Amino acid sequence: MKQAFQSPSGILLALILAIAFIGPLLPLADPLAMDVAARFGGPSAAHPLGQDEYGRDLLSRLVHALRSAILISGGAAMISAVIGVSVGVVAGYVRGFSEALSMRVMDVILCFPPLLLVMLAATLYGAGPSTLVPVLALVFVPSFTRVAHASVMTVRGQDYVDATRLMGASATRIIFRTILPNIVGPLFVQFSFVVVMSVILESGLSFLGLGVLPPQPSLGMMIGTARSTFAQEPWLLLAPCLSLIVLVLVLNAFCDHLRQLFDPRRESGA
Amino acid sequence: MGWFVRRLAQSLVMLWVVVSLVFLSIHFVPGDPAELLLAQDGGSPDPLMVQMLREQLGLDRPLPEQYSHNVMGILRGDLGASMVDGSSVGQEVMRRLPRTLELIAAAGILSLLIGIPAGVLSALRPRGRFSRGAAVVAGTAQSMPVFVLGTLLVVLFAQVLGWLPAGGFVPFSRDPGKHLQLLVLPAATIAIGLSAIVFRITRTSMLDVLPLDFIRTARAKGVPARRVIIRHALRNALMPVITVFALQLGGLLAGTVLVETVFNWPGLSGMLVAGVNARDYPVVTGVLVVVSAFYIGLNLLVDIIYGITDPRVRK
Amino acid sequence: MSRDRENMTVTQSAEHPLLQVQGLTVGFRRGGQWNDVVRDVGFSVSGGETLAIVGESGSGKSVTSMALMQLLPRDNSRISGQALFRGIDLLQLDERQIERIRGDRISMIFQEPMTSLNPVMTIGAQIAESILTHRRIGKAEARAEALAMMDRVRIPSAKSRYDDFPHQFSGGMRQRVMIAAALACQPDLLIADEPTTALDVTIQAQVLDLIKELQAESGMGVIFITHDMGVVAEVSDRTLVMYHGDVIESGTTEQIFRHPAKAYTSALLSAVPRLGSMTGNAVPTPYPVFDIASGKLREPERRPNTLREGPPYLLQVSDLSKRFAIQSKLLKRTIARVHAVEGVSFTLRQGETLSIVGESGCGKSTTGKLITGLHDRDEGRVVLAGRELGAIPAVERAHDIQMIFQDPYASLNPRLRIGEAITEPLRIHGKASATEQREIAASLLTRVGLQPEMAGRYPHEFSGGQRQRICVARALVMKPKVIVADEAVSALDVTMKTQVVNLMMDLQQEMGLGFVFISHDMAVVERISHRIAVMYLGEIVEIGPRAAIFENPRHPYTRRLLGAVPVPDPARRHQRGAAVVTELRSPVRPPDYRRPARRYLEISDDHFVLDSGEDWQ
Repeated sequence: MKQAFQSPSGILLALILAIAFIGPLLPLADPLAMDVAARFGGPSAAHPLGQDEYGRDLLSRLVHALRSAILISGGAAMISAVIGVSVGVVAGYVRGFSEALSMRVMDVILCFPPLLLVMLAATLYGAGPSTLVPVLALVFVPSFTRVAHASVMTVRGQDYVDATRLMGASATRIIFRTILPNIVGPLFVQFSFVVVMSVILESGLSFLGLGVLPPQPSLGMMIGTARSTFAQEPWLLLAPCLSLIVLVLVLNAFCDHLRQLFDPRRESGA
Repeated sequence: MGWFVRRLAQSLVMLWVVVSLVFLSIHFVPGDPAELLLAQDGGSPDPLMVQMLREQLGLDRPLPEQYSHNVMGILRGDLGASMVDGSSVGQEVMRRLPRTLELIAAAGILSLLIGIPAGVLSALRPRGRFSRGAAVVAGTAQSMPVFVLGTLLVVLFAQVLGWLPAGGFVPFSRDPGKHLQLLVLPAATIAIGLSAIVFRITRTSMLDVLPLDFIRTARAKGVPARRVIIRHALRNALMPVITVFALQLGGLLAGTVLVETVFNWPGLSGMLVAGVNARDYPVVTGVLVVVSAFYIGLNLLVDIIYGITDPRVRK
Repeated sequence: MSRDRENMTVTQSAEHPLLQVQGLTVGFRRGGQWNDVVRDVGFSVSGGETLAIVGESGSGKSVTSMALMQLLPRDNSRISGQALFRGIDLLQLDERQIERIRGDRISMIFQEPMTSLNPVMTIGAQIAESILTHRRIGKAEARAEALAMMDRVRIPSAKSRYDDFPHQFSGGMRQRVMIAAALACQPDLLIADEPTTALDVTIQAQVLDLIKELQAESGMGVIFITHDMGVVAEVSDRTLVMYHGDVIESGTTEQIFRHPAKAYTSALLSAVPRLGSMTGNAVPTPYPVFDIASGKLREPERRPNTLREGPPYLLQVSDLSKRFAIQSKLLKRTIARVHAVEGVSFTLRQGETLSIVGESGCGKSTTGKLITGLHDRDEGRVVLAGRELGAIPAVERAHDIQMIFQDPYASLNPRLRIGEAITEPLRIHGKASATEQREIAASLLTRVGLQPEMAGRYPHEFSGGQRQRICVARALVMKPKVIVADEAVSALDVTMKTQVVNLMMDLQQEMGLGFVFISHDMAVVERISHRIAVMYLGEIVEIGPRAAIFENPRHPYTRRLLGAVPVPDPARRHQRGAAVVTELRSPVRPPDYRRPARRYLEISDDHFVLDSGEDWQ
């Protein structure tokens, strides 16, 4: 597991995570503090990246936006993983009716395009992170279930699971001590994948005004509003674009790295 | 044949479930749905308005009656009326849908034309320069959320270079040239990301197929390399590509919504975003039902294609 | 078909060989470094002659043939040497030129019939493809020729099966399709790379006969690659022995078998199970061990019989049945049943080894899973050490019966160090402290012939044979009374096979274990068993003491099975009758099928045969 982070993407990711989590502790200006007189101010000592159309500090807003993107995506992915993997593992081990039911339910969820599902939720419950996180989690549950289920099916067909049964191990022990450790690889990969997709979805929604609500900063929203002010201050658009691209790039690279690490072709050693 | 009927039946059942769930979704809210919809930040809405809304949406009638009324309506093509201006949701969807489809089709075709050949070439020489270059380009393309890419493209081509218009729409019948000109950027925006995905999955799939035993058999028979690649390898490698492509279409619809917003392309997105902002429930659900139906239909189509190309599925 | 080449083929002789290979060296690049896997190999093949290249895994035998046809990946392999085929050096040809030779002058067939055919192309089209690639004829004509080939390789109902897909054929039939495609253009040389290794013994016999027949008709040369010395004795005129990329020995097959010159060859031959080697020997005996250092064959010392007649019995199985339902996809109605195990009865005595033999689909593996409790039975009783199987709690059952599985690569949890894997049962039962566990792991590792220091390593660091020994150690931890070995040595190389079999027999001497040895390998079974049960279509068709079964087989299937086993003695080569073309039937029956009452005839003391009557085809 540790070797997952020993790569360029892993290091960059760790850096981004560090910024995100300790962000509020840094000596940055308040992201919400307006200073309309100084709108579009250029880089200065107090505002290293300049100020936006309301005079708010750009750098601070970027850091906070990054943070909320990660918290929302990470949170949604976590919830999604817990539910999805549990369902998938039970379906794969117990089989029978529970398997059939679970798979059908997941198929139904998959019929809804994720963005539209979030929009429906936003219509009913109002926009904002409290609607966003649960719906995002729901949207990705089927993918976790499928990966978990498929992995469990592969593993349980292996003789070593039968051997463990013959030792007199209980079903619980088999699931937790024998099967689960052998399926973490693909699940890890899926987790990182879901985080990336969540970041992208969340930013898209914020772009439309349906994600994180103003005045809280979010990358998508910042891009959306900066479109109209491009002529005056191009940097207001380019900075969040760049941040978002870098974030997604690093996450994608990490995801690829994980996928290579856990490629079943490597598992058999030499 | 039996397999086909089963698959069709499955899709119809799925569609019915989706429609039912969408219908029921309004009842999954805490408290009274109509109140929730009218709630503005803070105070409770006017009880009279709530009552009017309830009648308008049919929420005052018993549940089974609401359900059958809705389903019957959908079968007739009636998706309800907008809460905001009472216009027919169905009509508006039909007006806008072809434009969205046009975008998706253009982007889809483009991405297959670029992605598949690139993927095959890359798999043939996995460590060559083309491969590595293409991998970098694809990786970058996939890392750009579609609205970011769109925004940057607009900025580059419209504002900085002035080569293409910034957005808008002109019907094909009125001015074909302008119509196509306006189609380029939005379609390209979607196609770039989609091509990257198609490229990767084609490459991976080909790399999986090329070392397989039957390829070795074909070569041992003296079958010329070109035919081995196309008739033997690609034919088998395309199947996962089709599957993934179909899976992407769900996300594609989402991406289209964003791209339409960036380029002011009057497809479903405008209607949808306005609907969400106004909490116009019938509009949002109407679009959702149509889009989901499309998605289910597309998956069915993909499965059928799969069944035709892979004889093992049919037994 | 008139061929202007007819007059040329049969005049091949040793002075004008078809193929002459000299100094062939093949290297692969792994992680930046070049490794030679084949070193300085040389041989020749003439028309009408069969050369066998024999060796264990890693010997380089397959790589040699792939190199000749330039089928190795170009970017990380390098080949040097000379391979003169009719005067042309194959190794110097470019891709276009060698494409013309492949499939037309030199053809190749491979090991895995299940994956060697394009799944989305009809088999007829794949055979015709060979023809269309090399000859300028129309599609209709090619189809006709392909059909003719299908008839020649004895594919039944060729016309109606022309448009079928590979997944609709069995392994043996697919191999015939491969042969048809390979021989469609009447090549001068056929390279057969382990073509029958993945096939059941009776099917193997049919395919070997087919190849010999086609060779006799056309006068082509054959290079036959295999690890099975029995097959070598069956088919080849000359033999090349390879080990780790080097040619150890070469000569006529007679020479190699009678007077092996090199130590490795002797070791290989001594490890080959020979049918009939146990005649006159009442007690199961371990294999002789060839000591490479001294160059001598060490015969095993005489041992007492471990078998204890009479009660208490280890296992009493009566009327065991297990059926799997095949359901229609939509409504889950049962449309048919697989009668995997049907009315199986036998007894296992103390210190006895009972072997259950049969081919794919006969139900032997399922029987093994039923008696260990891994599957639930549908009918019948299993009494294990005096108690009903179902009544024994899983924890106690682990002390009564354990299992060793077929696939050494799937039998060990890849995440556990092997020391932990071996002592896992102790942890489940909470029976030993950490120190005790370490000690037990160390002693068991030594007992199975490995080093105690290996306990800290992971399974992927070990070879197949070593993994099986670890599995044996794991099975022993609970000190069971019965061990079920489900094809436990089938996936191992010949030398490792005999080592593991000897190990099992030593343990039986020491601990008085009972073994249920499930296998399809008759020769190994002959060595190790006290009694044998032959299964077919889920039923036991014959059961009795080992000598009785081998010397006096009564049931037609038993005879067919024994007759199909290749004999590793070139002198006894043509004693097999021509094999009829058959398929292995599978025990699928309609849902309302009732098994007719079965009668077993007692031939002699303890030897029973199923009275099949007209039921038998």
